[in-house]
Amino acid sequence: MIERGHHDMGGLPAGKVDRAGHDYEQWERRIDALAVLLWGLKGTRQIITVDEHRKNVEALPPGAYDSMSYYERWVASTVQCLIQRGVITTEELARKMIEVGSREQG
Amino acid sequence: MSDQGEYRPLTYFQLMEVSLRELLVEKGIVTDAQVDAEVEDMRRRGPERGAKVVARAWTDGAFKKRLLENGTRACEELGLEVPALKLVVVENTPGVHNVIVCTLCSCYPRMLLGLPPDWYKSRNYRSRMVREPRAVLAEFGLRIPDGVKIRVHDSTADMRYFVLPMRPAGTEGWSEERLATLVGRDSMIGVAVPKGPSD
Amino acid sequence: MSKAKYKVGERVRVMKAYPLGHVRTPYYIRGCVGEVERVCGAFPNPEELAQMRDGLPARPLYRVRFLQKDVWPDYRGSPGDVVEVEIFQHWLDPA
Repeated sequence: MIERGHHDMGGLPAGKVDRAGHDYEQWERRIDALAVLLWGLKGTRQIITVDEHRKNVEALPPGAYDSMSYYERWVASTVQCLIQRGVITTEELARKMIEVGSREQG
Repeated sequence: MSDQGEYRPLTYFQLMEVSLRELLVEKGIVTDAQVDAEVEDMRRRGPERGAKVVARAWTDGAFKKRLLENGTRACEELGLEVPALKLVVVENTPGVHNVIVCTLCSCYPRMLLGLPPDWYKSRNYRSRMVREPRAVLAEFGLRIPDGVKIRVHDSTADMRYFVLPMRPAGTEGWSEERLATLVGRDSMIGVAVPKGPSD
Repeated sequence: MSKAKYKVGERVRVMKAYPLGHVRTPYYIRGCVGEVERVCGAFPNPEELAQMRDGLPARPLYRVRFLQKDVWPDYRGSPGDVVEVEIFQHWLDPA
């Protein structure tokens, strides 16, 4: 039901807490670092707010929110924030993803 | 190329992360050096920072009082910055046990504890800790007697929380450095208590 | 910056509303009655910051303490157990 955000889960029934963790991969650390820089928290110019970031994470469809990993959600949200602000365009991102993708395969 | 030893093709989101970063560097919004520096900075921040604060509070009553009144300012005294946000330090006593959660996302005192563990950000922890703290704590191996009150802190806005655990018995005369070794990350979140002198 | 309307110890009720948008007042606490544990200060409104607006003027933020037995009808812990939540003034009415 839309009146309760999918992220707004306090008090919902859930299972046992799995205490196993994972070592953060470098790409995860990089998106964390990038976001913190863009939020202006480390003396850098603030480009987007952490509030916009949260809003865009919350806007992910429930299935995506649940199946994406934590930092995959951060990548998606950061991209949406920057597109909304006009810092990057969808076209620029598309072309760059093609370029990086073919570099990887080449 | 991914960062593991053997080659694995980039996933969709890994591809997007690389692409995003390259675009932003091209546009002069960030530099690779800035990103690398921030990654290294976060690698260096671990729970030992928080443990220092706890050990100081255990040995210096005036510092502890300042810490409970204004967590941010007290941490700055130790050279630890808690930028932008305000740190609220909550104290465990024989009658009260504190535990922290962010039901809405994953707010966490990163500057004192490093990156949060996966379980703190998990659906199960975020859903259940506000509703059945005793059951969840028991799953972590921590049984809180009925006579002890539990305060669950849900970080919903600009404050960040940090639990000041109780000093274990049998540690009289210990140095701050030695005391800090007893204080693990989970005791500063509230899902554990510090090790004892003989643990 | 708006002046804080509520004082420490005052009883407040969380608005029982379910608006869309970015909201930092959790669903589980809406409509509940608690007491102000502290006045945190004034901060820009996150509901507006999320929409790329400046969230000004800053509004008072409170930590409100709720007895768990008042929040969950089937709560099975100690009667003194509490949950403490940060809530902006515009979500609070006198109780």
